Amino acid sequence: MKHYPGHAAVDGISLSIPKGGFFSLLGPSGCGKTTTLRLIAGFEEPTAGEVRLHGVLVNGRRPYERNVSTVFQNYALFPHLTVQGNVEFGLRERGIADRAGRVRAVLDLVELAGKESRHPAQLSGGERQRVALARSLVLEPEVLLLDEPLAALDQQLRKQMRAELKNLQRRVGITFLFVTHDQEEAMSMSDSIAVMHQGRIEQVGTPEEVYLRPATRFVAGFLGAINWMDGFGLRPEATRISRTMPVNGVVARPATVVRTVFLGNCVHVAARLETGEEAVAEVVRENGTYAAGDTVHIYWDRSDELRFP
Amino acid sequence: MRGWFLLPARLWLWLLFLAPLAIVGGYSLLTRGTYGGVELPWTFENYQRTLDPLYGAILLRSVVIAAIATALCLLLAFPLALFIARANERKNLYLNLVILPFWTSFLVRTYAWLFLLRDTGLVNTVLLRLGITSAPLPLLYNDGAVVLGLVYGFLPFMVLPLYATIERMDPALLEAAADLGARPWRTFFRVVVPLARPGIWAGVVLVFIPCLGAYLTPDLLGGGKSVMIGNLVQNQFTTARDWPFGAAISLGLMLIATGALGIVYWRGPKEIL
Repeated sequence: MKHYPGHAAVDGISLSIPKGGFFSLLGPSGCGKTTTLRLIAGFEEPTAGEVRLHGVLVNGRRPYERNVSTVFQNYALFPHLTVQGNVEFGLRERGIADRAGRVRAVLDLVELAGKESRHPAQLSGGERQRVALARSLVLEPEVLLLDEPLAALDQQLRKQMRAELKNLQRRVGITFLFVTHDQEEAMSMSDSIAVMHQGRIEQVGTPEEVYLRPATRFVAGFLGAINWMDGFGLRPEATRISRTMPVNGVVARPATVVRTVFLGNCVHVAARLETGEEAVAEVVRENGTYAAGDTVHIYWDRSDELRFP
Repeated sequence: MRGWFLLPARLWLWLLFLAPLAIVGGYSLLTRGTYGGVELPWTFENYQRTLDPLYGAILLRSVVIAAIATALCLLLAFPLALFIARANERKNLYLNLVILPFWTSFLVRTYAWLFLLRDTGLVNTVLLRLGITSAPLPLLYNDGAVVLGLVYGFLPFMVLPLYATIERMDPALLEAAADLGARPWRTFFRVVVPLARPGIWAGVVLVFIPCLGAYLTPDLLGGGKSVMIGNLVQNQFTTARDWPFGAAISLGLMLIATGALGIVYWRGPKEIL
């Protein structure tokens, strides 16, 4: 638990992160995910509660006494040191011999060999991020903490780095704790995801579990789009549309098309039910085209309804 | 158009900097007048006299005193600048306190030190009354008093540039250093000091050069016993009535100061250029 004057940033979190996996903390900004990360790194001390690494209590230990390492959002590379100097920094501080060998190995791993003598200002955004990764990984930490490390990159590079990061994690086998507000990022990379909201953990599970069986309304709404019907939620891809009355075995409601949004691989058709609720159906183009004002039927499988207490 | 906007700056530079410098340059090549002032003929004799070992010794003393004062300023200013940079909402208050002494004349403030340090001054009175000392301590009219006065007078010139560079530093860099295993002292020397280098150089130049030429502080707190090169110049223009020689020493000092600056610019970090 971490209290700041006036509010609790993180409250009643109980989270065990399995060793050797890719674990994400996912939530909107201000949900306490970064505070959780900082509690583990040792930049903050919990007001109450315990932080354990491999079962060992680390409360009260300073960041330099914990065998975890952080990749910062803006990378926080030392501008006065070269790539070599940055990566060597921690090895030197921890008194590790064979620095040259380890630096070479880790720079090979992140494909930065040959850039040893560059300064951070002479590197691209993607290269800087890989220096930050190398600087932490070279210490072989028990846990690598990543604080929205892709946020500073452009869209194209971000998608590429997702695969690279995941790949890297598999190769080194270090536990990655990845903080993000991007649900697509979390789902595409993680073995498990903890969804956070207002300083609490809403659900922990595999990407499939949190997406297909969200535990709370918040999780359902935060991970992917959802249509809120009377008492339950429905994913757009589970929401179907037809001009004719659908066959038996499904729930069907008459509706009127309000608008359509072309998304390239599919079309989102928004229709208003007679009850006044609006539902969006994801339609592939072969299944017909719709226009505003069309009278249609919205239908779905009862098993696709997402219900919450 | 741009030329017109630069005109005030040009005039300022010509009238208030280059013209007086040219006059001093001219004086240094003339002969001493009987009752002060200068007269013909032109001569290089004044410059030859500055090479006298006696003046070399005074110059060396001045350099040593200025260097000690600069080093002490740096030692005192660094923690202060760090403290202010981390003070969040009180930053401006502390910065104003650092600049506050400038609101009073330097002369008045130096006299205040006289009242504090002399045999019957506040410090000695308190020490005697408390029975800590049995006789007044010689706090005044020595090199120590001069260094104290210089450090006091020029400390803000060290604090401000240091503060400016430290304040710009990304706090995440300090966290990153700790995260990588550096204890606070190591972080200070491996991250804070290297990144504050432009501020350190700027502060050293801003403190060392005026200290080297100081005359008021050594005059009042050194009591004429701790002569610095500034006092020598002052003396030539007043009691000694040897303006040409005073001018020659001034220009010699300027040459040394410019040379020191040149080394800093040549060898120092590129950021301060």
